[in-house]
Amino acid sequence: MKKFKWLVPTIYILFLMLPIYWLINMSFKTTTEIINTYSLWPQKFTLENYIKIFTDSTWYMGYVNSITYVVINTVISVAAALPAAYAFSRYKFLGDKHLFFWLLTNRMAPPAVFALPFFQFYSSVNLFDTHIAVALSHCLFNIPLAVWILEGFMSSVPKELDETAYVDGYSFWRFFFKIFIPTIAAGIGITMFFCFMFSWVELLLAKTLTATVAKPIAATMTRTASTSGYELGLLAAAGTLTIIPGAFVIYFVRNYIAKGFAMGRV
Amino acid sequence: MSLELKNIEKKVGLETFIYPTNLKLEKNTINVLLGSTLAGKTTLMQIMAGLDKPTAGEIWFNDQNVTGVKVQKRNVSMVYQQFINYPNYTVYENIASPLKITGVDANEIKERVGKVAELLKLSPMLDKKPNELSGGQQQRTALARALIKDSDLILLDEPLANLDFKLREELREELPKLFENRECIVVYATTEPSDALMIGGNTATILEGKIIQYGKTLDVYNNPENLTSAEVFSDPPMNIAKVNKSGDSCSLLEANTTWKTNKKIKDGNYTIGIRPHNVTVEKTSTNSVEIKGKVMISELSGSESLIHFKYGQSNWVSLSSGSHKINIGEEMKLYMNVDECLFFDQNNRLVSNG
Repeated sequence: MKKFKWLVPTIYILFLMLPIYWLINMSFKTTTEIINTYSLWPQKFTLENYIKIFTDSTWYMGYVNSITYVVINTVISVAAALPAAYAFSRYKFLGDKHLFFWLLTNRMAPPAVFALPFFQFYSSVNLFDTHIAVALSHCLFNIPLAVWILEGFMSSVPKELDETAYVDGYSFWRFFFKIFIPTIAAGIGITMFFCFMFSWVELLLAKTLTATVAKPIAATMTRTASTSGYELGLLAAAGTLTIIPGAFVIYFVRNYIAKGFAMGRV
Repeated sequence: MSLELKNIEKKVGLETFIYPTNLKLEKNTINVLLGSTLAGKTTLMQIMAGLDKPTAGEIWFNDQNVTGVKVQKRNVSMVYQQFINYPNYTVYENIASPLKITGVDANEIKERVGKVAELLKLSPMLDKKPNELSGGQQQRTALARALIKDSDLILLDEPLANLDFKLREELREELPKLFENRECIVVYATTEPSDALMIGGNTATILEGKIIQYGKTLDVYNNPENLTSAEVFSDPPMNIAKVNKSGDSCSLLEANTTWKTNKKIKDGNYTIGIRPHNVTVEKTSTNSVEIKGKVMISELSGSESLIHFKYGQSNWVSLSSGSHKINIGEEMKLYMNVDECLFFDQNNRLVSNG
């Protein structure tokens, strides 16, 4: 039995990697080859698909737009969640527990519920088709998540640390930025990762709230499929490139995530 | 220099944490707040520091009312039971931080940190981060941070409670020396009577948010004003019994034990308190009285034997030096040194000590 203990994980990883492999495989094929032949690797290896994406602004601007609103959203979410989480972890106030739970319920409604009101509202205040519109709408589910994660990290820091700092002569703000934020740096890293990820993969709101100027990459991908026939090779290349930022971020925060799981709030 | 609490009271919601309290701490004294957990020691210290506001009453420092003054504006230091240090700073930066905040010049900081680190044996660790240190070293760092500025008031909230036995003994011996040549008031909270005796100075016994007695540590130990104070200042717990005195004979009401006494107190019923180390396996004084008890639990700690036994209807504790072989359930002879009995009247006030 011992001899084969590598078997199950190997099969598992193989199955996990299969669709990703197939995507990458397709991205180096021509559309004709994808449609007409079955092959485990490209017969006629081509970089055409990637060249098209990097030279055509309707394609690469999709990435720029997506990254822009994702970064804006991450910054807003963490900036808003830090003081909120501090209040929840350090102070008692009327209805604090209910409010904390209510935050979480914001995540329970599917984003589709909010698509129409957001669309109508942003149109009427002239925010339609802007990066900030998408970034703000994603705060709907990212801020509660950020508050929830950060509160856990903050509560694991004893409040005696705050008091010691005050006794030593620190003002609140100096303590907060010089000592408290570095102390929970791992938590902030994880929070940013989750905000980044959820905003990056969200399609419905991003698609509804944009037309051309702030059009995200995922929207570009779905629209291409319907207008100029099936450009499968191109789509596969775009898909491959979409995975990369996520993989990149995960690589950098993997240690933090492990720590976060150990602290019990992720 | 003095710190005075005038009718301090602390309520949170409907619960009273501190009942109206008066306390005056003089300059250059070490003051022990002795009481069990949740007695209100920490709350009292937070009020003294200015981290918490009293619901009623005033705090005066150097004949000035400082009741509403923020903690940053008061010159205090505090050390907690948990080892609290700034995790992102090195030991050096940790110790230096109170000086840095007040804008002391860099050379002076360096010199003073060097001195304090030397005193607390932290010199080799200055470049490390606190979580790379052992518990004892972490607490030393916290102590160093408290000592580096010339605080008027140093508050130590059970600083040794989370340390293991050996480190605790070591640091407990060093502590009083650290404050010897300082112009400050030290307040030390602890749950252990032995800490208070070791540290000396003054002691306030606290129970359920009330200060029972405040005075010189030995006075409080030897002449507890009342039974409660004596009970707080006794570990293992004090043995308590009802006695009747008539003429020169004294008898325990629950058990048939009588002894001769020459105490100059009125005849009548009293409550006596006798500390466990005065009830021993071997006779320690010529006036010891033999009593018989049924052993329930015995604990040996190498140099001492602790025996819980049933005497009359009550549970008693005996603490003898040396290891003794004791069988549980056995009826055994013990000696009570009646010279060391504390007599309390019907209102539990002390009438005679030993």
